[in-house]
Amino acid sequence: MAEAPILEVKNLRVEFPTRRGTLVAVDDISFSIAPGEVLGVVGESGAGKSMTGAAVIGLIEPPGRIAGGSISLAGRRIDDLPYEEMRKVRGREIGAIFQDPLTSLNPLYTIGRQITETILTHLPVSPAEAQQRAIGLLREVGIPAAEKRIDHYPHQFSGGMRQRVVIALALAANPKLIIADEPTTALDVSIQAQIIALIKKLCCEHGAAVMLVTHDMGVIAETADRVAVMYAGRIAEIGPVRDVIKAARHPYTDGLMASIPKVGRTDARLAQIDGAMPRLNAIPRGCAFNPRCTKAFDRCRAERPEPMRVGNSDVACWLYDAGQGGTR
Amino acid sequence: MSTPGAPYIEVRGLARHFDVSKPLLNRVIEGQPRLILKAVDGIDFAIRKGETLSLVGESGCGKSTVARLIVGLYKPTRGQILFEGTDMGSLATRAEERALRKRFQMIFQDPYASLNPRWRVADIVAEPIRAHRLSSDPTEIRRRVDELLRQVGLSPADGEKFPHEFSGGQRQRISIARALSSNPEFLVCDEPTSALDVSVQAQILNLMKDLQRELGLTYLFISHNLAVVFHISDRVGVMYLGRLVELADARALFENPQHPYTRMLLDAIPDLDMTGRARTPVAGEVPNPLDPPKGCAFNPRCPFANDRCRTERPELRPVANGGVAACHAVEEGRLAAAPRLAPA
Repeated sequence: MAEAPILEVKNLRVEFPTRRGTLVAVDDISFSIAPGEVLGVVGESGAGKSMTGAAVIGLIEPPGRIAGGSISLAGRRIDDLPYEEMRKVRGREIGAIFQDPLTSLNPLYTIGRQITETILTHLPVSPAEAQQRAIGLLREVGIPAAEKRIDHYPHQFSGGMRQRVVIALALAANPKLIIADEPTTALDVSIQAQIIALIKKLCCEHGAAVMLVTHDMGVIAETADRVAVMYAGRIAEIGPVRDVIKAARHPYTDGLMASIPKVGRTDARLAQIDGAMPRLNAIPRGCAFNPRCTKAFDRCRAERPEPMRVGNSDVACWLYDAGQGGTR
Repeated sequence: MSTPGAPYIEVRGLARHFDVSKPLLNRVIEGQPRLILKAVDGIDFAIRKGETLSLVGESGCGKSTVARLIVGLYKPTRGQILFEGTDMGSLATRAEERALRKRFQMIFQDPYASLNPRWRVADIVAEPIRAHRLSSDPTEIRRRVDELLRQVGLSPADGEKFPHEFSGGQRQRISIARALSSNPEFLVCDEPTSALDVSVQAQILNLMKDLQRELGLTYLFISHNLAVVFHISDRVGVMYLGRLVELADARALFENPQHPYTRMLLDAIPDLDMTGRARTPVAGEVPNPLDPPKGCAFNPRCPFANDRCRTERPELRPVANGGVAACHAVEEGRLAAAPRLAPA
């Protein structure tokens, strides 16, 4: 990565104090995203992937808090900004796309008003220019008859079209970074393919970095350049998408990939990872995956692995520690 | 009572319409007509004993309505459901219906909403036994519940717990145990794994296949996920706006899809093998089901549509993959075969 990263997250830790002790939702994770790059963040529910996204946009719900590490956007630390400062960063420098397009839009305002308002808040343009820019954005995200549709309310759009409006809204102020949290999960498969193609195209054209949070490996395979696989609040494996999907190194990623049914594969049974992800209040000692891992040995049960370089990826697994001699 | 050779379940011309009009007074004042939503509009299929038939389609295509019609949660507007040759609509008494119904069970999509949070798991699982009066002896019920919990991979001790103490996958196991407790032969599964994570989905799909083999179950499986459908089904029906557009053996359908909508759905499956396969993204969305297009409902999105498609509704006809499809272009041979999926 020659270019300076847009987003740099170092040793991020997110905690939730509860009556029964502190829960660590995100535990010491580091990653960066370059301009024009799509980083996919995958994991099962409760792995901490959405929490990581929320930490970056500064929207962690109290009592949750960032308890350690740093988040830098284009070289400037943003995790310790005061609320009002952070509000300006959101929208201007970070755009967000969430799962449910209906809840991300205000039902009482026309979409045109919502987009122009965002543009006027963040960019030094006149209202007429903002209106023109809003129409241009709607056209860019593939909304037919944009100059008419701009006066419509969110309920007048279908699910797929609404998600396009949300994407236009996220792009309104030309942000450097876009956080997309499960942007296609609520959509039908045929619409999903259209939205994925759109996000990828726009990110290329605008040169924005994208953090794509999803549980769907298929979406990652189609969209991401690099992918981080999260498990129990930590990154198990991060690397180029092709390496992670086609030749997973971490036993969890490997098991996850094998458990996805594929058209054309006729094995009578799917490979399955027995058990379930531990709850945050009962994360095992050592590697969090060790009770479900078929390759676990003594060290995995005692010591927590840190990410180590394997090929082009960073993998947090003792199998790849030089002293152990990797098995692959 | 079964006719030899008759399909296990047969659905003939099944339709369910919903009246979604505004109240009478509004209609009179605003001069609006009645609005009828044809959620399911005349479909036919049969399921053989011990097989899995899947219905796939996007939201609003009517697949869940079919599931609910078959288990009797909705009454059909028209058409028949035949169970081993007996018309479910012709049963005279509640007792007769009850005797048939106990051989069906349903598994729902959301394992959070389908289990009563105030009941202990053992009571949830025992409910069909009590409802169908299969046993009233507490020790016998308890023994049966323990056996069921073991069968779905939970432990008998879990019977004392409440649903909130379980993860999504475990709750879906409880739903399956409950469905099995009345010894049904036929399970209707409405998106049973859509709310689950992939690694848990694999566990549940494997469990369902194991149970089918051990107990000789017949499944009607509803899903929007084509990869899951490919994995679990013997035959697959594709639905679009309340009608079947294609029905064929699973392998044949995925290897040699006929209907343009089936082809589009197959193209929309994300490419996990990263072969760089070219996709032809189909523009457009499912039209408003209150005002479906004339002729073939798929014609506004179909790259092969012509005038006939816009005026005349196609019927299901036998096609090259051994199944049936409702498409003028396929029937007229206007559409080149487009084999998909090199078997892995």
